[in-house]
Amino acid sequence: MIEVTGLTKQYGNLTAIKDVSFSVNAGEIVGFLGPNGAGKTTTMRILTCFTPATSGTVRISGMDVSEDSMSVRSKIGYLPENVPLYNWMRVSGYLEFVTRVKGVASSVRHDEIDRVSSIVGIQDVQTKLIRWLSKGYRQRLGLAQALIGDPPIIVLDEPTIGLDPRQIREIRNLIKSFALNKTVILSSHILPEVSQICSRVIIINKGAIVAEDTPENLITGSGKAARVQVTLRGPEHESKQLLSSLKGVSSVKTINPFHDGMVTLNVEMDRGHDVRAQLARSVIEKDWDLLELKSIDVSLEDVFIDLVTEESNDIQIRENSVEKEVA
Amino acid sequence: MSGLVAIFRKEMNNFFVSPIAYTVIACFLVIAGFFFWANLSLLSLVSLQAANDPSISGRINLTDVVIRPLIQNMSIVLLFLIPLLTMRLFSEERKSGTIELLLTYPVNDLGIVLGKFLAAVCVFLIMMGCTLSFALIMLTIGSFDIGVFLSSYLGLILMGASFIALGVFISSVTENQIVAAAASFGAALMFWIISWTSSFTGQTMGAIIRQASIIERLDSFLKGVITLSDVTYFVFFTAFFLFLSFRSIETQRWRG
Repeated sequence: MIEVTGLTKQYGNLTAIKDVSFSVNAGEIVGFLGPNGAGKTTTMRILTCFTPATSGTVRISGMDVSEDSMSVRSKIGYLPENVPLYNWMRVSGYLEFVTRVKGVASSVRHDEIDRVSSIVGIQDVQTKLIRWLSKGYRQRLGLAQALIGDPPIIVLDEPTIGLDPRQIREIRNLIKSFALNKTVILSSHILPEVSQICSRVIIINKGAIVAEDTPENLITGSGKAARVQVTLRGPEHESKQLLSSLKGVSSVKTINPFHDGMVTLNVEMDRGHDVRAQLARSVIEKDWDLLELKSIDVSLEDVFIDLVTEESNDIQIRENSVEKEVA
Repeated sequence: MSGLVAIFRKEMNNFFVSPIAYTVIACFLVIAGFFFWANLSLLSLVSLQAANDPSISGRINLTDVVIRPLIQNMSIVLLFLIPLLTMRLFSEERKSGTIELLLTYPVNDLGIVLGKFLAAVCVFLIMMGCTLSFALIMLTIGSFDIGVFLSSYLGLILMGASFIALGVFISSVTENQIVAAAASFGAALMFWIISWTSSFTGQTMGAIIRQASIIERLDSFLKGVITLSDVTYFVFFTAFFLFLSFRSIETQRWRG
């Protein structure tokens, strides 16, 4: 559905994205994940024909964005970051404008507005001025304009930014609901969101793709081992020694130091080892009380922070070495 | 094409939903009305005096004493007011970020520029249409040269369209509406007063400057003369700045 190859965008001397390639199949929900300024918005702007790429090609349903711009545009519904809407318009007037500008036939114009309004749930604010809409409704209206004309591809730039938790959940459910028969690309820097909605995640940092996989594979393939948190009643130093001596334990760290006879430790396990049963047994054998044993999942957040900071560490090291050379 | 119409409608809505069009039209009509009344009063005063002096009575008529000065005054008022109509056309969209959505809809850039330009021209024509009441009033009190009247209006309308195109271009360059208005006014005024320098800039330069000046072009319309070169001047002026606006939108795409 979407084929991106060797995409590079430069603003003067600044390279926003560099040699980005990926593809998206029909019906997928793909999440763009990255810190602010990573190049997510730039990539989306190129996909939506807002800005041309410096080099590289984007093909959407086999059509090149620079050559068949008009037909590509009619296949994409786009919601930019911060939801730019005409504040002086009424909701119904705005939707009518969008149907006209997207070339929806006049005979089905009102049906289309009704259809989209009921999907995103804005029927009861049709006569309101956009200026007076709450943030949540603005977001819904933004989604509505993207859905008008029933485009097969939806591109959403930070669709839940600035919303309260309840609204975030509503918008997520909305995206999931209409994503059944559409291809969706969304960007976010909120990780749980991406792992919940998306079938595939592209992590982008400093203008380049650093990882691309399903959320599950990213977590398991990250090299991050499973961890357990243990709270026991016993001496701190001895218990640390005992736990580190167990086979399959790579490190033991103190979370809460010895207090009221209790200590909380964080035990990191080697990959493929589950030492929980063994751990519990050895604590009991020592005649200490095992108060809590909790396994901690590696989250996408850990993977993300790892991938993104790994890169910056590299750069840090490189910069340091350059400084040394200069000195 | 449907995109052009959609944008035209949206802009017309914006002009008339907000107080912009009403304010500009009202200001224009008050000032133009004031000039009309003043010129008419002057006419009645001089015709009283002329009643005693038959030598000048032949030279006193509605065309020379009322219409020509009125059109000249109106053209100066337009110089001030047209930038107020055009200043927000692109600047506002750039500032609020709506331009990003607009440029990703299936409408080409030329359609966007023309839609906005035509909406401003339409408001301007409504404004000019209101001043036709002056002609009706004059018809009740005497006769005047309809030809001169029509050619003057044609001149004014062509000049207004040129200023609107200039304003659209300047609005597309900045996201600050005040800057857009001030720069459009300044640029239009330059085209207006540039002919003043023609007397001391030498023969060749002077001729070029006179060719570029709006005031010289408008003058022949006020005399009732419609020449191809004057009409072409305004048409090219308009087309040139619309083309620049189109290009300016295109470069903004590149800059993102």
